[in-house]
Amino acid sequence: MDQFLQQIVNGVSLGSIYALIALGYTMIYGIIKLINFAHGDIYMIGAYIGFAVTTYTNLGFFPALIIAMTGCTVLGVIIEKVAYKPLRNSSRIAVLITAIGVSFFLEYTMMFFVGAEVRSYPSLFTKRAFNFGDIVINMQQIYIVLTAVALMILLQFIVHKTKTGKAMRAVSVDKDAAQLMGINVNTTISFTFAIGSAFAGAAGVLVGIYYNSIDPLMGMMPGLKAFVAAVFGGIGNIPGAMIGGLGIGIMETLVSGYGNSMYRDAAVFALLIIILIVKPTGLLGKNTREKV
Amino acid sequence: MRALTKKNLMILGSILLTFIIVQALLLVGILDSFHEITISTICINIILAVSLNLVTGFTGQLSLGHAGFMSIGAYVCALISMRMMSTQGFLIGVLTGALVAAFIGILIGIPTLRLKGDYLAIATLGMAEIIRVVFLNLEITNGAAGLNGIPRFTNWLWLYFFTVTAVVLINNFIKSSHGRACIAIREDEIAAESMGINTTKYKVIVFAISAFFGGLAGGLYSSYFYFLKPDLFGFMKSVDILVIVVLGGLGSVTGSIIAAILLGLITTFLQSFTAVRMIVYAVLLVLIMIFRPSGIMGSKEINDLFKFRFGKKEERIE
Repeated sequence: MDQFLQQIVNGVSLGSIYALIALGYTMIYGIIKLINFAHGDIYMIGAYIGFAVTTYTNLGFFPALIIAMTGCTVLGVIIEKVAYKPLRNSSRIAVLITAIGVSFFLEYTMMFFVGAEVRSYPSLFTKRAFNFGDIVINMQQIYIVLTAVALMILLQFIVHKTKTGKAMRAVSVDKDAAQLMGINVNTTISFTFAIGSAFAGAAGVLVGIYYNSIDPLMGMMPGLKAFVAAVFGGIGNIPGAMIGGLGIGIMETLVSGYGNSMYRDAAVFALLIIILIVKPTGLLGKNTREKV
Repeated sequence: MRALTKKNLMILGSILLTFIIVQALLLVGILDSFHEITISTICINIILAVSLNLVTGFTGQLSLGHAGFMSIGAYVCALISMRMMSTQGFLIGVLTGALVAAFIGILIGIPTLRLKGDYLAIATLGMAEIIRVVFLNLEITNGAAGLNGIPRFTNWLWLYFFTVTAVVLINNFIKSSHGRACIAIREDEIAAESMGINTTKYKVIVFAISAFFGGLAGGLYSSYFYFLKPDLFGFMKSVDILVIVVLGGLGSVTGSIIAAILLGLITTFLQSFTAVRMIVYAVLLVLIMIFRPSGIMGSKEINDLFKFRFGKKEERIE
């Protein structure tokens, strides 16, 4: 039982990182129906910015987090303007290939400049741990979960209480109608990329702290898994992405804790296929009727 | 309908001529072993791209898991030919690998092909990842270290034979009434269904054919490069194949062939600039998609481009 609870604790901290990445995926998918494969690499860049800030300037965790988020915001908006905006009216598969191209570009440009080797992240927190019975919760996990929760509350506030958030929701429902209502669709899309990328940047710093190591190709697998999390919760749905992220994180730690950690990734994808077959729109997704 | 029309004879002639020219150049030594690797990669990529194009380009079902089928074919062929070290063993291996891949394709296709668009893409991606993890953990495939010392039977003759066969068979399938049913599914699934096309049946058939040729290409690959490990068939490999298909044009067999040759040459050319190779590749990809989103050929075949000139003649024959 204690081991189970311990795995849940680990799963929640890993899952909140996945949830942060999944939020970006789900928002971008919701607004332009694009699987943004470059999202995982924005998260990688965020991890490297955090690494550079903490190693070379000796700033603490929060300045590093803010700088990484800002850097990723700028990067996300630039990518959207340069690579995706010219393709607004082309086929979806063309945009998908562009996203894959951007993803390769970020990975290998980073590899060109920083090298392919794995770097170890500086430890930013004291090694203090809290014991609840036999369950150990360490400082990093607390910070990770708190940061993730704070960012998610902020996102809920932006999406539901501000005018820009209202515009984002409107554009995701119907782009043309939103434009007719006087909403600047391009600005709204850029804003969505900005928020999504900022979250990915934050997740990058958090994962650097959690796993202690970063490399230029680290974004691939978590990127795919975060997308699975987004689909799991119902793509385009913000609470769904949070639940999906946590679910995937917990499942992964349970599989590595009780089963074979080699099958961790397979379990995630098997879950995805089962979910898609049973409930194709995800846990919280709405069914849309097909019209002829 | 006659099989020996003037057009078919011309195609047959040019196929034979290409074979003889390359074979002669290989024998004389103008094309060395380095070029041979490029040619082999191109041939394997042509089979992969044309078979994926059947699913993604002609039937409109986006698949991100083609490398999974390739890996099945590769491993089955390797395991068989390592136990039967002869040309027969190799041929049995290649065909068994392709059949196993097709069988797995049907098994996976029946549940997942009910999904549409991005959901199908992500389900096929997941399936390929599961196949990869299974190969990573099996005893018989030697896990992450991979299989070494697979006997090499793939040569220019077999490569060319299988490539031509695959392309001709897939092309004939597309030109048949089954192929037209698939194109109808791509254009409008609901309309196709209401015209009496069993969409699920055709999607599964196409998926199985595509998996068959994917497995075939995998078998040729394993026998040519005599080394296999599960990481070779990850998400990146599926993307590589999809890139060829999209660059060539969705729904264009000749487009896939041209793109496979072009990309093969570009990669060989960039080999000497290893550091920036992938960066240049990525930039090219983005630029081509921005300036020509429909790919090199669009959905046209190469002979469509000449139709304009020969148009009148064809009308007279009919």
